[in-house]
Amino acid sequence: MKLAFQLAYKNLVGSGLKTWLNVLVLAIAFLTIIFFNGFIDGWHNQAKLDSEEWEIGGGHILNNNYDSSDPFTIQDGHGPILTNEANGLTPILFRQGTIYPSGRMYSALIKGIDVNQNTLKIPTNLLKESAADIPAIIGKRYAKSSKLKVGDEVLMRWRDKNGTFDASNITIVGIFDSNVPTIDVGQIWMPIKKLWEITGLENEATMFVANVGYTSTKMEGWNFQSKEDLLSSLTRIIESKKASGSIMYIFLMGIALLAIFDTQVLSIFRRQREIGTYISLGMTRLQVVKLFTVEGSMYSILATLLGTILGIPLFGYVARTGIGIPEASQNQGVTISDTIYPAFGIGLILSTIILIILSSTIVSFLPARKIAKMDPVNALKGKIQ
Amino acid sequence: MKYTIVLFIVFLGLSKSQAQDAIKILQKVDANMASESRIVETKMIINGKRNSRTVISKGYSTGIDKSFTEYLSPDREKGTKMLKLDNRLWIYSPDTDRTIQLSGHMLRQSVMGSDLSYEDMMEDRKLLEIYNASFIGEEILDGRKVWVLQLDAKVEDVSYVKRKTWIDQERYVPLKEELFAKSGQLLKTTTLSDVKKIEGRWFPTKMIYKDELKSGDGTHFEFVSIEFNKEIPDYIFSKASLKK
Repeated sequence: MKLAFQLAYKNLVGSGLKTWLNVLVLAIAFLTIIFFNGFIDGWHNQAKLDSEEWEIGGGHILNNNYDSSDPFTIQDGHGPILTNEANGLTPILFRQGTIYPSGRMYSALIKGIDVNQNTLKIPTNLLKESAADIPAIIGKRYAKSSKLKVGDEVLMRWRDKNGTFDASNITIVGIFDSNVPTIDVGQIWMPIKKLWEITGLENEATMFVANVGYTSTKMEGWNFQSKEDLLSSLTRIIESKKASGSIMYIFLMGIALLAIFDTQVLSIFRRQREIGTYISLGMTRLQVVKLFTVEGSMYSILATLLGTILGIPLFGYVARTGIGIPEASQNQGVTISDTIYPAFGIGLILSTIILIILSSTIVSFLPARKIAKMDPVNALKGKIQ
Repeated sequence: MKYTIVLFIVFLGLSKSQAQDAIKILQKVDANMASESRIVETKMIINGKRNSRTVISKGYSTGIDKSFTEYLSPDREKGTKMLKLDNRLWIYSPDTDRTIQLSGHMLRQSVMGSDLSYEDMMEDRKLLEIYNASFIGEEILDGRKVWVLQLDAKVEDVSYVKRKTWIDQERYVPLKEELFAKSGQLLKTTTLSDVKKIEGRWFPTKMIYKDELKSGDGTHFEFVSIEFNKEIPDYIFSKASLKK
């Protein structure tokens, strides 16, 4: 085997530019796979953490009449808070409304939240500390689209529990910066007690956010959704991004593997005398096949080495500084931060190395099989077989 | 003391008779404005910040809970149809060839960019069923003598807790209306004009609808043609007619 590696190495280095071109394309494919998957994994990790901290907590408990994907249910999807069962749970009440900053009309989902909560990172302490009659906090995206800033008073219109219109000024006491658009876009957060007061829905909630570590207990009229259930749509989006992105590196890998395959076919055709000599010197056909396969798979080893030399400083830099995400992408409704720090895990790197070596070994072996069928005398004579 | 009691009794008697007067006025207004069915062609002028657009539509309505509207122009809106049955509203867009039922925040969007929201179109009960009317004075409005009535909700499930309406004393048609929130905030104003006698009844043919919380000049409506109590086939008020 050692001999096979020595011979393979000498043959490859002897081929000069042709070898290094193959190695370079394979190394680029190797780096692309690691970079893309590292980027997606980094995004996934950050998005999961952000979603847990800002939106999901330890899971949601939704009123049975409320369906988060059906806005028709907001009106009636609420129920009374059962105080003895609601320990460790943060109640949130949803109502629909409209705000009129500078005479422009914006729809808003009004969310009343317990100001003493510390399950979510939403800065409800600002609501608690404010002396305003109706204090409210909004996310940076909604603040930008509605052109509101801290201290602004804006007229809000809503309907009470009977459907009667009411309107009053609310005061923006804080603007929070979160990567989770689903708690930001089109939403106004205010103290739940104030929302109870202005709508007449005393002691009612649409949902509860559970503390991290909450163990589900059966609550009549309420439906528990675990953290995993709530993160499943995010995971699916990220998986689909991963799948669509893989087309790019499958294409690159395809080019590199095709180049190796072509080189192998050409080598076997042009090096028949060499093959005949190996066999006449006592090597079995299988040993010659092995030699050519090792030669082909050595492209991947060289590519891995080249990739490591180029990749360590490049990926090290990117992992430290992160990759800036354009603002437009952050407003698409999917949790994504303004800077993504790729996660280049050891598992990802090792699996990519194995994938590259295995696939290049297979494409090297396929043409080398022909050697097993060669007649050594004709091979020595250099006759085309 | 005796004098105060007499005054109080006189005031009570007066306010009771005024309330009855207000009800009678509203009944007469209803006789002018309400009909069993109606076919109208309207021109809606939407005043935006930079320009204004004119949208022409044809509407069919039966009673207060069924209505069907088809937009005839401009080209961008042509073929868009709306169907309202009780408290449900569907809209059909020819561009997508799809019908959607409007809900939640979509109901609060404005109709074609006007000051009228879809949920404003959902209001459908008779005023006297849900409001107590009281007479609050007389004024001159645009050169005409009017009664000013205040309507206070007598039921809980009403959109506007208070309305103020100005009624033409001679023709029994409203010339202005203001709608208020529970907090007393003025929400919407409607100004009606160009009152004409159509099929034996007085009817205002121009209307300016203004959302007082929004900036702008409001939305102007003009009735190009109107027919009262014409028979409208039932199939018009079906979801199938949206795609026809």
